[in-house]
Amino acid sequence: MKNDRIISRLEGKSSSGADEYQKAAKVALAGNPNVGKSLFFNHFSGMYADVSNFPGTTVSVSSAKYKNYEIFDTPGIYGVSSFNEEERVAKKVIVNGDIILNIVNGFKLERDLFLTLQLIEMGKKVTLIVNFWDEIKRRNIFLDVEKLSELLGIEVITTSAVTKEGFDKLDYAIENAREGKIDDEVLSLIEKTVKKTGDKTDAVLILEGDSETAEKHGLEPGTPNDREMIYIGRRNRISEIIDQTERENTPKAEFANKLGRLALNPLTGIPILLVILTAVYFFIGDFVSQRVVNFTEIKIGKELFEYNVKSFVAGYAAAEVTVEIPGAERTDEKTFLFPKGMNARPDLKSEFETFSSKPDAVLHFQFNNPFVEIVFGEFGVVTMSITYLFFLLLPLVMGFYFVMALLEDSGYLPRLSTMLDKSLSRIGLNGKAIIPILLGFGCITMANITTRILGTNRERTIVTAILQFAIPCSAQLAVIAAMLSGLGAVPILIYITTMFILFVSLSTILDKLIPGESSPLLIDLPTMALPRMKNVLQKTWFRSYGFMREAGSWFVVGSLAVGIFKISGLLTAWQNLLEPVTVNWLKLPKEAANAFIMGIVRRDFGAAGLFDMNLTPEQVTVALITITVFVPCIASFVVMLKERGWKEGMTVWAGTWIAAFLVGGIVAQIII
Amino acid sequence: MRTSLDKAEKGNSVKITGLPEGETAAQLIRLGITVGRTVKCLDRLPGGTVILQNRRQEIAIGQRLAENISVVI
Repeated sequence: MKNDRIISRLEGKSSSGADEYQKAAKVALAGNPNVGKSLFFNHFSGMYADVSNFPGTTVSVSSAKYKNYEIFDTPGIYGVSSFNEEERVAKKVIVNGDIILNIVNGFKLERDLFLTLQLIEMGKKVTLIVNFWDEIKRRNIFLDVEKLSELLGIEVITTSAVTKEGFDKLDYAIENAREGKIDDEVLSLIEKTVKKTGDKTDAVLILEGDSETAEKHGLEPGTPNDREMIYIGRRNRISEIIDQTERENTPKAEFANKLGRLALNPLTGIPILLVILTAVYFFIGDFVSQRVVNFTEIKIGKELFEYNVKSFVAGYAAAEVTVEIPGAERTDEKTFLFPKGMNARPDLKSEFETFSSKPDAVLHFQFNNPFVEIVFGEFGVVTMSITYLFFLLLPLVMGFYFVMALLEDSGYLPRLSTMLDKSLSRIGLNGKAIIPILLGFGCITMANITTRILGTNRERTIVTAILQFAIPCSAQLAVIAAMLSGLGAVPILIYITTMFILFVSLSTILDKLIPGESSPLLIDLPTMALPRMKNVLQKTWFRSYGFMREAGSWFVVGSLAVGIFKISGLLTAWQNLLEPVTVNWLKLPKEAANAFIMGIVRRDFGAAGLFDMNLTPEQVTVALITITVFVPCIASFVVMLKERGWKEGMTVWAGTWIAAFLVGGIVAQIII
Repeated sequence: MRTSLDKAEKGNSVKITGLPEGETAAQLIRLGITVGRTVKCLDRLPGGTVILQNRRQEIAIGQRLAENISVVI
């Protein structure tokens, strides 16, 4: 939705504020994936945009005001065309931009110049920004910037975006953008079409076979052969330019290159993957979900925050407090009744305080007034939401985003795609599919959009289904990790094996059902790099912040819904309705049905609902499997409908209901 | 020797002589894989995926695509 708004503003369709934007020149940042565009956008906007060393992060267009200009960020592309959704988005921004800052990776100039020449041939006002300049110098590559500028006919400036070196020249870059030199051969090729369209931009796109643009002018788009001819001509000119401007002293194989190659071959790549997974397990499974969460959830959340809020409220409201003191032989339990609030009975209050001051005391507050219970009670909007959100989910989600950011920025992910390509192509996908799937472990909603990087509609359908059925998101995984990690290896193994079997069978079935075949792998491997801590932390922070902002409101809605359900008796009715399934088939206590209601709102909320129930390790395993397969959260459901259409979206959603109870039940019948 | 790219071995220099038709060709050309260009085969993975080096750029090409690219080794 945000994209559409920005694009219509670009095209000058916007009603409100259109005049203001039409005055400001539109500057589009364009470049291949991994050239550092987002760092430039951050500079112009003063805001944060997602940066990473793998394609697919800038799926949306961001815009910002800068001085007298409006700056637009675009997804990374290798050329202007419509091969996938990202390219279509970038094309719109570029076609409508007045000035293009074309950012290239100086280290991979030959690859990047394809887009540059295309932009110049489209008659755009361009300035070339050669980024990674420090890297070029360090590796003894000589690049003749003046010659390059002369050959292209445009200004060329050099920068190192991470250190902001050369950023002082960016104003100059915008002010001096101009149309570059176009080869005579190209000019004569496009001449006829330019007469019909009135400008080079559309003419070039039409000749390259862009049917959208051709339709606009009522012309026939060029054939694939025309396009190939133009592309080859462009590539040949690039080779000439590179020969005249670049010299490289014998490149030495660097450690990063060697590691990058080892990560590709399963023989060495699988051990590398296992090392990474083990490290992730120790960090997330042990450090964050045990040590950190035990402290934040129990000490801060329950004992400090909830205790103080509840006992303060109980001072004024009618309450029933049960105190359990677990002992070696028996649990000491006492219930205190305060029909008029604690403050009305100072004697009983001090007795309660003495009794509950023993270490390990577990307190249960029950408020008689239903509204007080909804706000401050067991599922209270204030009490439970805040504890879960800030003291359970936040540390875990930050842990996940931190790991994802490290992996993204290292350049490892495209190599993982390559290594897994063969295995994934057996189940109807190609290696690229691993990127949205891995992102799904962060957030399914975001991953639904990232499926756009996949080559065919068929692959998008399969991956979208896998994401909703078989991939737990970070928030859900957080709770799952916390619940499973205390139970030893067997439940973890059962959980992982079940999800893996589901993943493989679902993909295989869809592969058989949907006609066609997956597109073959063609992937550009970025240079491996040591992630920059500042960038990793910034990304972790901004994504976690985004998560909290998004999750917060849904959490409140969810706990409010459950609270109302509970006091109105609907919760019991729902529990009874599902009882045959929950109790007989899944072999869980009937209260587990609560988790399913919450799961409809947010998946993690569903898992969190199981957190406080007294379940055996086997029951935990079954409950977690069921809740993982169960419906996606509302946000990702909506995005899925938008991306994949009503029919497909609803089929997947309904399918998760069936699969959840089916898979959970089968596991229950076997292990319980 | 005239053959297809999936037959390339680690360390081979391969000269591209033919690309598959359509959009795939366009994508290959954009990434710098054009007819007449000589590139280095950095590795061939067990699944048949070929890793090419074109100057400083590394590209992975899946087996099903590689078998449709004709080359001279």
